[in-house]
Amino acid sequence: MRIEPIQNGIVIDHLTAGTSLKLYHLLGLDHLECPVALIQNAVSEKMGSKDIIKIGADLAIDYDMIAYVDPGATVNVVKNGVLYEKKTLSKPKRLVNVLKCANPRCITSTEQELEQVFVLSDEEKGVYRCMYCEAKAK
Amino acid sequence: MRNLISITDLSVQEIEDLIHTAYRIIEDPAHFAHACDGKKLAALFFEPSTRTRLSFEAAMYELGGHVLSVAGAGSSSASKGESVADTAKVVSCYADIIAMRHPKEGAPQVAALNASIPVINAGDGGHNHPTQTLADLLTIHREKGRLNDLTIGLCGDLKFGRTVHSLIQAMSRYTGIRFLLISPEELMLPGYVKHDVLEKNNIPYEETTDLEGAMSRLDVLYMTRVQRERFFNEEDYLRLKDSYILTPKKLKNAKEDMKILHPLPRVNEISVAIDDDPRACYFKQVSNGKYMRMALILKLLEVEV
Repeated sequence: MRIEPIQNGIVIDHLTAGTSLKLYHLLGLDHLECPVALIQNAVSEKMGSKDIIKIGADLAIDYDMIAYVDPGATVNVVKNGVLYEKKTLSKPKRLVNVLKCANPRCITSTEQELEQVFVLSDEEKGVYRCMYCEAKAK
Repeated sequence: MRNLISITDLSVQEIEDLIHTAYRIIEDPAHFAHACDGKKLAALFFEPSTRTRLSFEAAMYELGGHVLSVAGAGSSSASKGESVADTAKVVSCYADIIAMRHPKEGAPQVAALNASIPVINAGDGGHNHPTQTLADLLTIHREKGRLNDLTIGLCGDLKFGRTVHSLIQAMSRYTGIRFLLISPEELMLPGYVKHDVLEKNNIPYEETTDLEGAMSRLDVLYMTRVQRERFFNEEDYLRLKDSYILTPKKLKNAKEDMKILHPLPRVNEISVAIDDDPRACYFKQVSNGKYMRMALILKLLEVEV
């Protein structure tokens, strides 16, 4: 199977196999009109198998969301067929309007205009908690 | 400007300072009687409360200040759909400090982010109740003479009991603390408190359903009520509400100097026959709560006495 290299756009590489579809939806890529390729279980020397997402347009994407789903991912920005920038990610300390608190007792469940803020409470385990009620992100 | 949303907003040193101030108030209340002359506390209680609201009001009056009171969401702008953020901004124009109780978890945090005056969390759902913890800490300190080297039994609703969660957070910062967690299976301490507080701080704890079996080891027994308002399902509440009822018979193996605490209100989980037992401290806890709230108001208003 062959996917053509992109000329201008973004390649999200080294995604843990099986995470690309979740990220595809969370990043809202299903709403884009440009070409988007989602490659699952690609052979990787380092990882055994990995997922890759290629987006055929240079657009603003939510790096915090990518880091939340898979902090081991790398993001390559390609311009005119050349690698322009390579970004490595780390779990963000705060996630704003990325996740929604599932606790029905949380103030955000009744006050819809509040920002949904989650903070990284356990770096080792990658646990995020709601800034308001401290419920664990699901 | 400082707020008190969670007990961990206060360092161990700051808690010691508050306890010290409380002792000074107890020794010489007249010295503090005009400390807050001209200051106003807004008591915003969006959930039924008698003790905590009266305690805040009494605390402010005894400091010479005034109280603006909102009791019950039905009588306030919240019933018209005003947000917590807007309420906090409006009340900041009238008062010098806010004490807020709200059924939704995190509401006082929202208020603190939007108010221009200090906000005290007076209880938010099943989440936090830091001023009750301050009352508990002063009570333990006065009754046991220390806050370290204690075996503390927590009994009843450990799942939704916000006072239990805050007390565990507070006591986990002292040395030589051990917890016995006594509850029915369905109301055990949530995993996040066990992992994030007890295990992270290497605090020894045991979980058991047997109150009498644990009794002889305890220095402090902290009883709690199974709260009807925390259940979505009435059947679950009725099934669990009488899980633990402390009677003189159950105290048979307790140490002579064990102390019994309860955040109140009590329904039937402590028999009235225990009220005259010298180990019962739950009514002293009420007074201690007022002294600690006085100390806290002074601290947050930055009043030096």
